[in-house]
Amino acid sequence: MSTAGPAKRNFKVRVWRQKSGAAAGKFVDYDAPNIPADASFLEMLDIVNEALIARSEDPIAFDHDCREGICGMCSLVIDGVAHGPNRATTTCQLYMRHFADGETIHIEPFRAKSFPVLKDLVTDRRALDRIQQAGGFITARTGSAPDGNSVAVPKVHADAAMDAAACIGCGACAAACPNASAMLFLGAKVSHLALLPQGQPERTSRVLKMLRQHDAEGFGNCTNHYECEAVCPAEISVSFIAKLNREYAFASAKESVGVE
Amino acid sequence: MTNGLDSKVPAGPLEKKWEQHKFDSKLINPANRRKFEIIIVGSGLAGGAAAATLGELGYKVKCFCYQDSPRRAHSIAAQGGINAAKNYQNDGDSVYRLFYDTIKGGDFRSREANVYRLAEVSANIIDQCVAQGVPFAREYGGLLANRSFGGAQVSRTFYARGQTGQQLLLGAYSALCKQIAAGTVEMFPRTEMLDVVIVDGHAKGIVVRDMVTGRISSHAGDTVVLATGGYGNVFYLSTNAKGCNVTAAYRAHKRGAFFANPCYTQIHPTCIPVTGEYQSKLTLMSESLRNDGRVWAPKKQGDKRPPREIPDAERDYYLERKYPSFGNLAPRDISSRAAKEACDDGRGVGETGLGVYLDFRDAIARLGEPVVRERYGNLFDMYHKITNEDAYHQPMRIYPAVHYTMGGLWVDYNLMSNVPGLHVLGEANFSDHGANRLGASALMQGLADGYFVLPNTIGGYLATQVNKRPPLDHPEFKKTEEDVRNRTAQLLGIKGKRSVDSFHRELGLLMWDKCGMARNDTGLREALKRIPQLREEFWKNVRVLGENEELNQSLEKAGRVADFLEFGELMCYDALHRRESCGGHFREEFQTADGEAKRDDENFTYVAAWQFVNESSPPLLHKEALNFENVHLATRSYK
Repeated sequence: MSTAGPAKRNFKVRVWRQKSGAAAGKFVDYDAPNIPADASFLEMLDIVNEALIARSEDPIAFDHDCREGICGMCSLVIDGVAHGPNRATTTCQLYMRHFADGETIHIEPFRAKSFPVLKDLVTDRRALDRIQQAGGFITARTGSAPDGNSVAVPKVHADAAMDAAACIGCGACAAACPNASAMLFLGAKVSHLALLPQGQPERTSRVLKMLRQHDAEGFGNCTNHYECEAVCPAEISVSFIAKLNREYAFASAKESVGVE
Repeated sequence: MTNGLDSKVPAGPLEKKWEQHKFDSKLINPANRRKFEIIIVGSGLAGGAAAATLGELGYKVKCFCYQDSPRRAHSIAAQGGINAAKNYQNDGDSVYRLFYDTIKGGDFRSREANVYRLAEVSANIIDQCVAQGVPFAREYGGLLANRSFGGAQVSRTFYARGQTGQQLLLGAYSALCKQIAAGTVEMFPRTEMLDVVIVDGHAKGIVVRDMVTGRISSHAGDTVVLATGGYGNVFYLSTNAKGCNVTAAYRAHKRGAFFANPCYTQIHPTCIPVTGEYQSKLTLMSESLRNDGRVWAPKKQGDKRPPREIPDAERDYYLERKYPSFGNLAPRDISSRAAKEACDDGRGVGETGLGVYLDFRDAIARLGEPVVRERYGNLFDMYHKITNEDAYHQPMRIYPAVHYTMGGLWVDYNLMSNVPGLHVLGEANFSDHGANRLGASALMQGLADGYFVLPNTIGGYLATQVNKRPPLDHPEFKKTEEDVRNRTAQLLGIKGKRSVDSFHRELGLLMWDKCGMARNDTGLREALKRIPQLREEFWKNVRVLGENEELNQSLEKAGRVADFLEFGELMCYDALHRRESCGGHFREEFQTADGEAKRDDENFTYVAAWQFVNESSPPLLHKEALNFENVHLATRSYK
């Protein structure tokens, strides 16, 4: 990915267009001329959309919100890679200087059975919310908390919990996985809470409930392709999937003998 | 003009007000709570925390957000931290000091009792978040770490790397998830509130549009809570998320809710400068960087040398020079104006000349690169992604950008607007930050409102509303739904020539130019002439393609921009009427000899709460006098 090149560049984009979830989709080619190299990828799509509107053609629908890489709303598979070619980068933080003048860029929605397309590049990722609702929390009634310093948390544990908690919930892991597994997402949440003393009381039930919901949503299992880690914008490590597996093994063993 | 706004601040000494008020407030017994339905719009720190807490208390809650998941609300983007008066550092902090710093930081334009309560509950927030598993930064001994933020001389800011907002929001979101699973909260993502329904003078419901199917429908409740964030996107370019909008608050305003202090906007000093007209948003570099970064501009005008070739003697570390006791941690409004001053003086850097340096050379020499990387690595990475520059080896270029809005819907001490039953939380209300918000105080206020204030005050209203929830076939619902349908049809029917974004950009430039970092009488009057013209053109010439019954992002934007085109005018009216400078509101006519903001306490120590009259008449001003019983009004000095 070279950044050198002219300050304004011409691209062709081949974009997945699909009127609605029920309609059939197809790729449509558009010109994206005169794109500033300092424009972001989504700004390039904004420019293409303005041109479409000027021609009275339906603009391309895509999800986005914060445009600073933290909300997890943007998605897109760019040239076959979830969130595009740069490591540790969301689509909204990808800049056109990373694309060569004259290049043809393929743009598709995240592809996974559990992320149905709503329109064009917009998908429904509520399955991830339902996994979290199954148990991705610590029960702490508002107002009942002890002083924040009453339990010391070793810095290494707090740091490791933070590494896991950095997940932005975008779903790129599932979109990149050949099995459409969301185990990186799931492993990150399970690990974040299991690493902290506050997370211990619900540790066993949490992993069982969340993993079962993950499977019920139609996500596949991890078979160690590591595609998820390669595309993860928050650089969540696959070691959290290993931790998830250990957590699950202990929890199901406990469950089988009736211990919480 | 009236002076009749009742803030309902309880009597008694400052330290006892909240405790006494909680005791005096009516309670709803646990068995009755499930009979009340609470509508909450917004799922950020304020809305998410309120939905989770009220659901946990046993109320039936419906929560709405325009994003595809409540976890994506823009609170998530807050970087630096959250203040709390824990005094874990033993550096002289206290509830009273946090209260005082916040009042002073707000340039003496906020309500004492609200701010004191905020400082009081700040400590509970940290405890609550820790209990939820928020991974705050810790010392090697395992205890919580702190850092310093602008406008304070103590270290009271708790943080989770450069992602504090994300972690706090994910904490609130996890609590919300628990309640969704428990069935006490029903969540409606990708659903946009387009109007509030008033029945017999009380807010009793909302009209929403399903953003996937376009279906427009109503929801009835016993009370409506708006936690819909700020209006910074009126400037088009801001650090807000693209979807942030004023629609919910402005629709409520048009239905009777007073809008307070709309001209108080916060321009954040450390953002990445604008590079071109295609730009869709601005990115903040956390204020925490000013703990170790030094801000400077060249002393010579038009000095185009690379920064490393400019020797120290030819650099103006202007914050350290002008404000020696606070230095680089001077508050946001002051730092922003100082940057503008340097650039106006022809000493700005970068291609556009609209930028100054934030330099880590000395910090790296003192601490070593690994320490700086650990503290700010993710921010340096973000800076690199956007600008293609390496801030470890050359200073960051920064410039002020619109970031936060202190104004909002007027609320009383119970967080209820002048429309009974309409509560407003977080950035959407006006109450706690006065004319300027201090760093790390937005997260504190959002969570205070959601976890601790509203759950204690809402009972006072609900206790008077037993069995008063109107049925959905009430004529007011039909009428409001009809209004929403007509407006949507109107937007789609114009079929003009200009895109929604082109109008939004033009409005934004106008607002930035005339009602931005510095305002004056002439400019504001020009804006007040130009905005109605632009609005008229919008309603004649905007092009919104497609139809209502589909996922239609142009239509969503069009509705929001239509509201900004009215709201911008309200901001200018407020800015024009406030003939003083205070906090983020800097009127060029009112400044001291050395260019500092000059307040007029005799004439302007009040909240300006505006009432909507009609589309062709100016808004009507109501005043809430601000009474300072504990704090002595002083000229704010950070020298």
